[in-house]
Amino acid sequence: MKRLWSVLTVIALAAATTACSESGGGSGSSTPGVTDTEILIGTHMPLTGPAAAGYSKIAPASKAYFDYVNANGGVHGRKITYKIMDDTYNPATTQQVVRELVLQDKVFAVLNGLGTPTHTGVLDFLKTNRVPDLFVASGSRSWNQPDKYPGTFGFNVDYTVEGKILATHVKETQAGKKVCFLGQDDDFGKDSLAGIEKILGPVAAKQSYVTSNPNVGPQMGALKQAGCQVVMLATVPGFTALSIGTAAKIGFKPQFVVSQVGADLGTLTKSLGAAAPLTEGLISANYLPLATDPANPWIQLFTKVNTQYNAGAELDNNAVYGMSVAYLFVQSLQSAGKDLTRDGLIAAVEKGGFQGPGLVPVRFAKGDHSGYAGEQLSKVEGGKQIYFGTPYTTDDDAGAVTAYTTAPVAPPQNGIPAAS
Amino acid sequence: MSGKMKIATIVAGVAVVVVLTLVFPPFRTYQLATVGAYLCVTAGLTVLTGLNGQLSLGHGALMATGAYTLALSVNAGWPLTAAFAAALVVTTVIGGVVGLAAARLRGPYLAGLTLAVAVVVPAITSTFDGTFNSDQGLSVALEPPPGTVTVEQWQAWLAWGAALIVLVLLQLLIGGRFGRELKAVRDDETAARLAGVGVARTQVLAFVVSAACAGIGGALFAVLAQSVSPGAFPLSLSLFLVMAIVIGGLGSLAGAAWGAVLLVALPALAHTVTEGIDAQRLEGNLPLALFGVTLIVVMLAAPGGIAALRPFKRSPFKRSPFTKAGLRPLRKRSKA
Repeated sequence: MKRLWSVLTVIALAAATTACSESGGGSGSSTPGVTDTEILIGTHMPLTGPAAAGYSKIAPASKAYFDYVNANGGVHGRKITYKIMDDTYNPATTQQVVRELVLQDKVFAVLNGLGTPTHTGVLDFLKTNRVPDLFVASGSRSWNQPDKYPGTFGFNVDYTVEGKILATHVKETQAGKKVCFLGQDDDFGKDSLAGIEKILGPVAAKQSYVTSNPNVGPQMGALKQAGCQVVMLATVPGFTALSIGTAAKIGFKPQFVVSQVGADLGTLTKSLGAAAPLTEGLISANYLPLATDPANPWIQLFTKVNTQYNAGAELDNNAVYGMSVAYLFVQSLQSAGKDLTRDGLIAAVEKGGFQGPGLVPVRFAKGDHSGYAGEQLSKVEGGKQIYFGTPYTTDDDAGAVTAYTTAPVAPPQNGIPAAS
Repeated sequence: MSGKMKIATIVAGVAVVVVLTLVFPPFRTYQLATVGAYLCVTAGLTVLTGLNGQLSLGHGALMATGAYTLALSVNAGWPLTAAFAAALVVTTVIGGVVGLAAARLRGPYLAGLTLAVAVVVPAITSTFDGTFNSDQGLSVALEPPPGTVTVEQWQAWLAWGAALIVLVLLQLLIGGRFGRELKAVRDDETAARLAGVGVARTQVLAFVVSAACAGIGGALFAVLAQSVSPGAFPLSLSLFLVMAIVIGGLGSLAGAAWGAVLLVALPALAHTVTEGIDAQRLEGNLPLALFGVTLIVVMLAAPGGIAALRPFKRSPFKRSPFTKAGLRPLRKRSKA
């Protein structure tokens, strides 16, 4: 009978660990995660692991903005609670933490889940559970499939649009040069390359990397061998730094043109340390005001929020990004009205018409769930990342790349979007 | 306890778990399902390592084999049962190949070989990214469960159904002649050979059985997560599996059950702890530390593992945990 006892204790323990905490459930409201005084939302972020450099600062900045809104009365009387889960940029862990958010914590929505490989794996799960999946922190085209995933919306300019804009610049200023590509071995790299090749035709050489293997020596060697003069990178910040550093080590000095998601100068400078001057001349693009532009009214607002609510963290472009996401989410909540439901929120986002810190508009409409419509080019000059030229917009197909000339709006007086 | 009693215990235990899935909230049911999937693997591994003395650090890779086979089969339009069968067959074959090599190796060389198997998974998925889709992995498109059953309940039933079959078959296997051969080979290869036991044959068979169990476990993981990616089968998973069976109690199926529970409970505990102290950046690393500490504590307090503890027995040292549970395989082996 000893063994029977043993087995029964195992089962009892399993029962104990599984039964001990069940979240309290909503009070009075049938919508998960929403009460009269609170909205519970969650996210998955790489707080540790290969993509943590830079990205780990996004969610705390979003939370800081929510705290600012909460301190000023919340949205329709409800305070926003933002639960941040660390998935270490590992798709398998993302599966775990998103299940925990949805099944255990019963969040109202998932906001700004970060990463192409990570978030792709939870699309079906979120759809099955009818959880709004707003403003995914990635530019994969997968987020823009309203028929297949009606609750999923992007935020970033999609990688194909970005590829087209960056490639147009390369075509105009680096005519006749040999252009090559290094990208992440997933939809991030693939979508980006698709955009580049729509403008430039096939690139001279292409290489890929995986985040689980922090070595791009062979790839940079191959690109040097191929005689590349321009290298376009679809890389996360850690791997941008790694690529630039590795290239310098082997005496390879091409012009680097980098996707927005991997080009935050603050993050690169920290990763490269003493080798930071290697970033000089780096071309990238962005759709949000740059943290290094103190004259911008949005940066002034975000600096104020950051100082008050972000525990002394530095306001870099990752923080600007996090706060812009939070601002857009508050706009969506305002637009969804006092009677908050999941369907109501999705309808409000589809209604669109949001004006915020972006240099270009967000596209949201009934048949379009992609985020920002375009980007403005930036360049590292004298150790500072600055914009040049005008913003451009385009689609992810054969459409032309066109200049966007409407000036961005100023933030509201109190820094909180008004109810519409 | 007689063999029939043990099987009755297994059936009763699984029945209790199935009842639990009816009353638990969805997330707990999902965790229960994960325990079931782990149990398939740890049960097979404890037979290999505990009863046959072969240390495998590569079972995570065998799980990945099962998981990817299931994902590719399901996405090719095969029904779930056929996909499970395919996962079983493919892992058995891979297990046979690794087992053939493993049977010729001893001690650190055996550990080295199996370690290499574990390390090679991400490299394979990114080299053949057309098939395996690199780090992003594959989605597993599953039919919704029949009737009013929730997805989590359906997953738990699948996992525990498979665990039931695995446990009963393993119990039948180790309760008879094969079990005695396993132990004979573990304790003294020369003596076993003199007694007419085919040493290499037994070792390869043990590896194959264990690999098949790992394949089933891996396939279940693909069903649970509805996706497979190399990140789900890192080297640390293989190490965790070995630690789990050692902490649980090497060589016993009850120990494997304890190990499976710990594999789910410890990371969950780490998560609760980090949530309380607002140190979320610790979270990715804390389960490793927690597992290490548990291993040290259990080895100091109960060298035979949790399953060897007998809190309800009056004279706990009548059957010493030292001789009973698994210290013998560490003894120096004779040259084959």
